Amino acid sequence: MTDEMITAGIDVGAKFAKVVILKDGQVLARAKTLMGFDLLKSASDVFEMALKDAGLSRGDIQRVVATGMGGNAILQRPQINADETVSGVVAGAAGAFQVVPTVRTVIDVGAEEGRGIKVEGGKVKDFVINERCAAGAGTFIEAMARALEVKVEDMGPLSLKSVNAIPMNAQCCVFAESEVVSLIHSKVSKEDVSKAIHDAIAGRISSMVLRIGVEKDVVLIGGCALNPGFLPPLEKELHTSIIVPEFPEFVSALGAAVIAANPQR
Amino acid sequence: MTSAVEVKEYPSEPLKCWEQAKSLRKNYYEDYLHAHEKGGLRWAGGAWSFSSIPAGLGEDVYCITGEPYGATVAFFKDFAAKCHDATEAAGFPRTLCAYMRNYWGSILLDKYILTDGTVVDGYPAPDFIWQDHICCSHGKWYQLVKWLEKKRGKEVPMYCVDVSVGYPSDFSPEEDYKVNYVVEQLSDGIDWLEKATGRKYNDALLCDAVWNEIKSTSLWAEICALNQAVPAPLDEKSMYSLYVMGTLMKHRPECVAFYEMLTDEVKDRIKRGVAAVSTERFRVITDTQPPWGFLRIFREMEKYGVVSVGSLYTHGLIGMWQYQPDGTWTPKPIPPIKPQTREEALQTIVRWTLHKPEWAHFYQPELKTKMMDSIVKQWKVNAVLLHYNRGCEGLSVHIAENRLGLLNSGIPVFPFEGNMGDERDFDLAGTMARLTAFFESMGLKKLKK
Repeated sequence: MTDEMITAGIDVGAKFAKVVILKDGQVLARAKTLMGFDLLKSASDVFEMALKDAGLSRGDIQRVVATGMGGNAILQRPQINADETVSGVVAGAAGAFQVVPTVRTVIDVGAEEGRGIKVEGGKVKDFVINERCAAGAGTFIEAMARALEVKVEDMGPLSLKSVNAIPMNAQCCVFAESEVVSLIHSKVSKEDVSKAIHDAIAGRISSMVLRIGVEKDVVLIGGCALNPGFLPPLEKELHTSIIVPEFPEFVSALGAAVIAANPQR
Repeated sequence: MTSAVEVKEYPSEPLKCWEQAKSLRKNYYEDYLHAHEKGGLRWAGGAWSFSSIPAGLGEDVYCITGEPYGATVAFFKDFAAKCHDATEAAGFPRTLCAYMRNYWGSILLDKYILTDGTVVDGYPAPDFIWQDHICCSHGKWYQLVKWLEKKRGKEVPMYCVDVSVGYPSDFSPEEDYKVNYVVEQLSDGIDWLEKATGRKYNDALLCDAVWNEIKSTSLWAEICALNQAVPAPLDEKSMYSLYVMGTLMKHRPECVAFYEMLTDEVKDRIKRGVAAVSTERFRVITDTQPPWGFLRIFREMEKYGVVSVGSLYTHGLIGMWQYQPDGTWTPKPIPPIKPQTREEALQTIVRWTLHKPEWAHFYQPELKTKMMDSIVKQWKVNAVLLHYNRGCEGLSVHIAENRLGLLNSGIPVFPFEGNMGDERDFDLAGTMARLTAFFESMGLKKLKK
C-alpha cells in the first residue's frame, strides 16, 4: 500500500449503499444509506456522509473503487468519479482477508445475491453465486417477513425462540411465500415459521457453498450476517464455526478501498 | 475490472471463406425446401445419423438435420419463442430438449425458417426419417415428428439405428460384436430405404458418401488442431459457423471441399500470425452448445482479451480424434483404403463413427474429463467455461463431474447456467456479471479500445 494514501470503497448494493474511507489500512469513516430510485444520488449522498464524517473532501481521496450491482453506474460520473469497478466477489474476498487474514472461505449474503468465495491470500480461487432467484439472499427474508407481518429486524430473534424444525422449500421465493401462507393458515407459530425460513435459506446457501468446498476460517459478510437467526442454521448445515466480523455489511466496501490502495495488484 | 489496460495487438482479419460458409448453409436449407420441385427426396434425422447411407438413394436426396435446425430457430429468438409456445400449448413440458421443442414447434406452427431469418409458410415434411439413437431424446424426437406429421395427414416412415454399444477403446476382435450390431442394422436399413422410397440403392454412391464423411470429419479435427497456435487463428464463435457444415452435410463433396479450403486458409493465417481476436492474452474453452441467442457473450469476453479456442463440443461433435501412445490427442487419420463394396463401406463407417468423442459423454464422464484436460494442455488454455445447459440433457450429463475433474487437475472452471435454445433459461446480465467476476479473479482487466 502506498504511504499516506487515502482511498475509498463504495459498495452500491441492491438495498443499501455503503462507503468505507481508508488511510494506510485504517478505517477513517463508514457510512451507509438505503438505496433510492436514483442510484447515483443515493451513492453520492452516502459518499458525502462518509467524507463529512472523516473531515475530508473528494480531492483528498486519491482513488475510489466501486463495487456492487450499481458499481458501474458511478464509474467516472460527477460527485464520486470512481476510478474503477471490481466485482463483489473480488471486493468481498479482499475485504474479508483484511479483517480476518486467516480466511479461506467467504460467505457473502446481501439483499440480492448469495455468494461463496474460496480465498487464498486475499485472492479469489473459486466462487459460486446463486442463480437468478432471490431465494438465496436477503430479499427472501424480507419477502417472508411481509408474509408473516413482522418487521424484518425481528425475524432473526423470533426464529431463535423456536426449537421445531419445519421443512420448507427455498429454491423459489414465490413458492416459499405460498408455503409460508399455508403454514400460517395451519396455525404454525410465527417463531416456527421464522425458523423454517432461516433454516431454508441456510440450506440453500450451504448447498451452494459446498460446491466450492468449505475450508476454515469461514467468514460471513453482507447484510444478512447482521441477522442473528441466520448464523446458527448456517453453522449447523456446514458443520463448522463461522466468524462474523464487526461491520459485516461494510466488508465489500472495505475490500474495494483496499483494492483502490493497491492499483498495481 | 473496468479500469482499462493496454495490451499488444496481433493482426486480425475476417475469414476469406466466410461468405462461402454462409452460402453453403443457406443452400442446404433451401435445397431441402425445394427438393420435391426438382423431383428429389427429403429426409429428416439427427446430425449424428449415418447420413452417408441415404446418399445411396441418389444425388437428389436432401436432408434436414434436427439439432442444427433447432439451433437456427434458437438464434432467431422471436421465432423460437413462438415455437416454444406452440409446443407447450400442444402439451409438451419446457424441460425437454430445447432443439427438439424448436423443431416440433416449427412443425406445429407449419412454418420453416431459413438462415437469414426468413420464415416460410408450410413446414416441408420429410419423405422418410433416418435417425440414430444415442442421447435420451434422439429416438423419441422423431417418433413425435412422425406422429405430428400423421396429424397433418402425412405418413412418414421412420428407421432408427441403436448405437448404444459403448465407446470402444480400440477395435480388438473381442469388440467386433459391437461393430457388427450396428453394421447389421445399417444393412437392414438399406433394404428398408429401398422399400420406403421405391428407389434402387446405389452402392457406389454409398462408398463415395462414406469416404466424404470420413474425410470431412477428419479434416475438421485437423482444423481444430491448428487452433493450438498462438495467437489462435480461429475463435469459437466463428468455429460454430464452420463446424456446422459437418452437422449438415458431412457426407457430401461440398463439405470436403469447404474444409480443404478452410484448412489452407487457417494454415495461411498461422503463417502470417493472423489472430481471430487481436488482443488475445487469455485462452478458454467452453463446453456443450452455447446459448445460441446470446453469442454476444463471446464479444464481451474479447473486451478482456479472452478468446475461446474451442471446446470438446466444437472439436468433437463432428471431428474425429484419437489418443496417441504418448498421450496426445490428435486428429484421427483417414483409413488407408477407400471402401469398394457395401459391406466394406458399412464396416468402415461404423468403426469410424463409434470413435466419436462426443458420444463418450454417454458412457464415461472420466473419458470426457480426460479429453477436456488434453485440450486444455495442448491448446494452451487458461480456464474452462462450463455451460450447465438446461436445454440438452444429453451433452450436459456428468458436466458437474467434469467440473470436479478439471478442478482436481488445477484448471480454473467457471460454470454458468443457461439453455442453448430457450432464452427464458438464460440470464444475460447475471451471467456477464459473474463472468466479469471470474475474469477479475483470473487477474484480467478490461482492455482499452
